[in-house]
Amino acid sequence: MAGILVFVEQRNGVIRQASLQALSEANRQAGGDVAAVLVGSGVGDAAAGLGAYGAAKAFVADDPNLALYSAEGYGEAVAKAVESAAPDTVFFAGTAMGRDLAPRVAAKLGVDALADVVALEKDDDQLVARRPVYSSKAFATVDSGGKKPQVISLRPNVFAAEETGGTAEVVALDGLTLTIRAVVKELLDTGAGEIDVAEADIIVSGGRGLKGPENFALIRDLADVLGGAVGASRAAVDAGWIEHKHQVGQTGKVVSPSLYIAAGISGAIQHLAGMNSSKVIVAINKDPDAPIFKIADYGIVGDLFAVIPPMVEEVKKLAG
Amino acid sequence: MNCIVCVTSVPDTASVIKIGPDGKNIDETGIKWIVSPFDEYALEEALQITEAKGGEVTAVTYGPARAEAALRDCLARGAHQAVHVIGGEATLGDSFTIAKVLAKALEGREYDLILCGNMGVGTDCGQVGQMLAELLDIPHVANVSKLEVGENSLTAGRDVEGGQEQVESSLPALLTCQKGLNEPRYAALKGIMAAKRKPVDKIEVADLGIDEGTDAYYTVRSLELPPPKSEGTIIQGEDDPAGAAAQLVNLLRTEAKAI
Repeated sequence: MAGILVFVEQRNGVIRQASLQALSEANRQAGGDVAAVLVGSGVGDAAAGLGAYGAAKAFVADDPNLALYSAEGYGEAVAKAVESAAPDTVFFAGTAMGRDLAPRVAAKLGVDALADVVALEKDDDQLVARRPVYSSKAFATVDSGGKKPQVISLRPNVFAAEETGGTAEVVALDGLTLTIRAVVKELLDTGAGEIDVAEADIIVSGGRGLKGPENFALIRDLADVLGGAVGASRAAVDAGWIEHKHQVGQTGKVVSPSLYIAAGISGAIQHLAGMNSSKVIVAINKDPDAPIFKIADYGIVGDLFAVIPPMVEEVKKLAG
Repeated sequence: MNCIVCVTSVPDTASVIKIGPDGKNIDETGIKWIVSPFDEYALEEALQITEAKGGEVTAVTYGPARAEAALRDCLARGAHQAVHVIGGEATLGDSFTIAKVLAKALEGREYDLILCGNMGVGTDCGQVGQMLAELLDIPHVANVSKLEVGENSLTAGRDVEGGQEQVESSLPALLTCQKGLNEPRYAALKGIMAAKRKPVDKIEVADLGIDEGTDAYYTVRSLELPPPKSEGTIIQGEDDPAGAAAQLVNLLRTEAKAI
């Protein structure tokens, strides 16, 4: 095979949407010359179904010691699949797991990796990649000069997942030694059922304009009716109003949802860098000169305390 | 407990990015270089560990002459010694080359922990730590916002989507550090004065047997600014906030098709 091998991520047997996106993109780029590698414990049943997203073959590493993620264990399994498939390119979804695993696997293969790729183009025999740098203040186009394999992680929610139908031939990966020195003992659910900003399709963020932690309830109300996640500016996080995991920006999370609503956020350059690749940006701010309006597709100059409650009601009406 | 802290110097996060004349690097005119913000959590953690358990903190960087300022900053905050591998002029360096350089530079040094930032702000790759751990054949835990270090092992909290993995690892190990782990200290005047007398071991990258030109795997073809955004629809909502809210929701539904 000279095509693309895709690491398919699962947690508790559930396959990540971002991995299906990566698989579909592999199918578009390699025209069917695509294999998947699935790693976990008791995950074999899901493997054949990956054919529906374009995998002709699915390598499966199934072992109780792989029930929870580890860079060493999963890295060994993926390297073994690379050895069998000899692909030109290895794709990972750019999730917490993919962004951790891709560089470890690349180093094992003795090559560099590209993180957070947002566009791919075929040029002769290689893939040319575009990735944001300086938190999307600029974009770099890079190539490997024909060197192979290429190890690439794709930014989630940028590439479309496409069901094409088909069944994958399942191949078991045997003979793994699994020397795991950094062991995940458990996965604590710190989200309390909330949608993580890194994965959300809609984000409503609050900043200093909220004036206090209690007013994040307004942001939460709007996020809830929209089925979105709650984000925050660094100012709100540093003031202790909300946890760091909600922070959007250069030292928080860089996001690109379909809809980003910034309320009471003036738009420091570090914040804009973290969200300016969102598809639709909405700003709600009292200050008409706030920098956030310069990148907003829609905006309201006004008091967020007067604007958000009626917005919540209007959205409820839409839901009927 | 000896700690190595890998730092990189990056443009201040408030920098306006302009493209340089070669179209492949940023224009460095007027850029203020700082220690990458995530590296500050790595340094702080190393300082706290050695303060509690003894041992030394060695700060290591790979970069051109200007990167020495980052090492002086680390020394001023309390690092005991520093290693400067001189090279890496390209502002968008190749992660694997950087990892190879660091691995070579660490040969023969004793350490229990290597701490890095979770990513270099700017290149935004977040790959060097994992690659360095693989090259050194030690375990790593990335994106750490909670840490307890014992005699021969550590327990780390690693942030993932919607949760935190609780990871136990043997030592030596490599960690990449995330906001929330600690509150980085500032350098005091006394520390800044003392830093001037602390040793910085300088190594030319070529002396490590690494050829930056031929060893680079990826080449930047071009660097571009994002296309400028067209002007948005801004509604004046001071007088009739409810009306503005209704208009906005309607636009998001019918025009933007975003909800």
